[in-house]
Amino acid sequence: MTPELGQFALILALCLAVIQSTLPLIGTYTGERHWMSLGSTAAWGQFTFLSIGLCCLIYAFLDNDFSVAYVASNSNTLLPTMYKISAVWGAHEGSLLLWVFMQGAWGVAVAAFSGKLPETVRARVLSVMGMVGVGFLLFMLLTSNPFERLYPAPLEGRDLNPLLQDPGLAIHPPMLYMGYVGFSVAFSFALAALLGGKLDAAWARWSRPWTTVAWVCLTIGITLGSWWAYNELGWGGWWFWDPVENASFIPWLVGTALVHSLAVTEKRGAFKSWTVLLAITAFSMSLLGTFLVRSGVLTSVHAFATDPGRGIFILTFLCIVIGGSLIIYAWRAPTVTGGGRFDFVSRETLLLANNVLLVIVAALILLGTLFPLIYDAFELGKISVGFPWFNKMFISFMPLLILVMGIGPNTRWKRQDPAELARRLRLAFIVSVTLGVVFALPLLPGASPLAGLGIGLAAWLVTTLTTSVVDRLRHKRGLAAIWRDVTVQGRSYYGMVLAHLGMASAVVGVTLVSLHGVEKDVRMSPGESLEMAGYTFVLEGVEKHQGPNYRADRGKVRILRDDEEIALLMPEKRTYTVQTKPMTEAAIDIRPTRDLYVSLGEPVGGGDWSVRVYYKPFVRWIWFGGILMALGGLLAVSDRRYRLSVRSRRTIDATVTPAAQEASG
Amino acid sequence: MTPARKKRLYLVLLMIAGIGTAVALAVTAFDENLMFYYSPSEIVAGEAPVDHPFRMGGLVTAGSVRRHSEGLTVQFDVTDNDKLVTVEYTGILPDLFREGQGIISRGTLRPDGVFVADEVLAKHDENYMPPEVAESLKTVHSGADNPGGTTP
Repeated sequence: MTPELGQFALILALCLAVIQSTLPLIGTYTGERHWMSLGSTAAWGQFTFLSIGLCCLIYAFLDNDFSVAYVASNSNTLLPTMYKISAVWGAHEGSLLLWVFMQGAWGVAVAAFSGKLPETVRARVLSVMGMVGVGFLLFMLLTSNPFERLYPAPLEGRDLNPLLQDPGLAIHPPMLYMGYVGFSVAFSFALAALLGGKLDAAWARWSRPWTTVAWVCLTIGITLGSWWAYNELGWGGWWFWDPVENASFIPWLVGTALVHSLAVTEKRGAFKSWTVLLAITAFSMSLLGTFLVRSGVLTSVHAFATDPGRGIFILTFLCIVIGGSLIIYAWRAPTVTGGGRFDFVSRETLLLANNVLLVIVAALILLGTLFPLIYDAFELGKISVGFPWFNKMFISFMPLLILVMGIGPNTRWKRQDPAELARRLRLAFIVSVTLGVVFALPLLPGASPLAGLGIGLAAWLVTTLTTSVVDRLRHKRGLAAIWRDVTVQGRSYYGMVLAHLGMASAVVGVTLVSLHGVEKDVRMSPGESLEMAGYTFVLEGVEKHQGPNYRADRGKVRILRDDEEIALLMPEKRTYTVQTKPMTEAAIDIRPTRDLYVSLGEPVGGGDWSVRVYYKPFVRWIWFGGILMALGGLLAVSDRRYRLSVRSRRTIDATVTPAAQEASG
Repeated sequence: MTPARKKRLYLVLLMIAGIGTAVALAVTAFDENLMFYYSPSEIVAGEAPVDHPFRMGGLVTAGSVRRHSEGLTVQFDVTDNDKLVTVEYTGILPDLFREGQGIISRGTLRPDGVFVADEVLAKHDENYMPPEVAESLKTVHSGADNPGGTTP
């Protein structure tokens, strides 16, 4: 009964989404306030029914209702409860439900926190969001229904893919989807502004916090994904340039460009039509990513089992969204008047350079991801683009971007005296070049030109940011004033500082782990030891172990440094009982400046095991960087100018509410 | 030309230069990093390059996995249900590697016809068949009854 209830709730949600996408929009043209205010009501209704749908599916999982096909193929009575819940989004149908649920949640958030928006703008935004919701609900109900029944119902489920039984993966997809879907808010704001013909600083200020929150979610999602791959795939890589990773990284790059270009639009009124185009692109790239994952057109470690029907549906949806929004753009953008003027040397120019670079990198990654498809379509053969290509592209443009990142925060809006800028950055430049040279010359062990470049760039970020902060605080008198600046006045600014520091941290991590990481696959007999990077790894033995829904061979590896034990690692080779799938569970000894990573391969005869032993210096700094970026984004969103408007809205609400109720009632 | 226009011209030129560099870089780097895919039949027919790395794939033949007594070198046969190619790999095979399973491998062809792999990929999802492998199986036996090689 519950699954039918869920199914019914989803259909009702679709009906409400249709209402949400049409009536408020029509209302904005006819001036009908009742119709416009329907947007919020419909958004709440849609969200309520989506929640019911999601709860029904969760209940089906907790209840071991294997008569539901999706539950039967992704759960099992022995599956721990936490993973039963995360199994809800462990495969295609459920993750789509989660996606639509998030979309509904963003809609409700817009309805709830946008009281300060003019009624027409809010109605248009919610309408566009409703359209996106209709698209995804139709996709789910027509091609991938999570509540489909299975007859006869099996007695036992086929269990969740063991790779997905990991705490990191329980939260990775929701965060990622929050980000993907969050860009639909930026997209909706952009389209609403185009439809209304009013693109101004106020518009940028409204859509900025939404965009930043979406970007934060995407950042966390990608960071978690990388961390999961490192932990769970058992071969210690943190990024593979896999099509699906690219599918999340491209929207992230475009989203990062959007966050920056929105800043220019808000502060200086410039780049308006470019910002709109970026908002459209960011969401389109999210959709394209979905298409690539769901349709199975690309060979990828993440690809779901394929179904051409789904691919065609999403492709059609993609064409409608991209085509439709670009037509509206082409129709409306020429009416957008230019914003504030700026000099050649100014923060605007540097942010423009930031945007150009980010978009170029995003476009290159997109090219590399789609190239095999293009090649195949012209019947030139089946190819793949190796990840050295992606690395090369990335390394070619990131240094430029980081150079610009250092200068930007130290530059004035509108006009900057180049001589003054050079004077201000002189010290930072000297320090970072010196550090870079020290790491490039073979004076230190492990120094190399690339290490010099990486460290120099990270130092450039840190020193220029310090310069900027010192400059800002120089005129503050006393600690109290500084404290007030940090906690109250300048959250948006300090958010930027934090996020940019995150970038520095990631650069250090990526540079050092790529250059100095040591990876060894060896054959070891029990009792045998191995020297690596100054550590001694002793395989003490391998014994049997029984887990809740798996059996395992558990290795014991003692790690010594200078004859002193520093860790005892227990990597496992698990075989999950139901899917009989072997799974490598790596064991990692973690320190801030390095990871020691051991995973078991397989028995190779004579009691020997193949063992994988890695030394990963500074690998944590990559994810720490991601966390810093996300925190920076959150801090920026909490800036008082967004909160001030909330407070002033409350006072307006208090005076206006009775009238508004009358009007909408 | 007004100063404003001049500035705009510079900006546009700068962007074109940036995009131009990007495209040039991308295309030249493609040459070294594009990897073609060949099925075992094509390799046996001598269509695959001998000096350039490429990718191949197919099903691991049942009973073909042979391990050396020293080190981590392993040999197995990969088939598209028509021809066989022996693959040699030194290292740890992925978790989902097993006989009958579809795999994709990257490496070079040795003059004796053995494919020396640097990387062997088996997929996360047991129902998932890499599109290249699925297609080469299809071209050999159109309508092969069990293309996945796994029992559902």
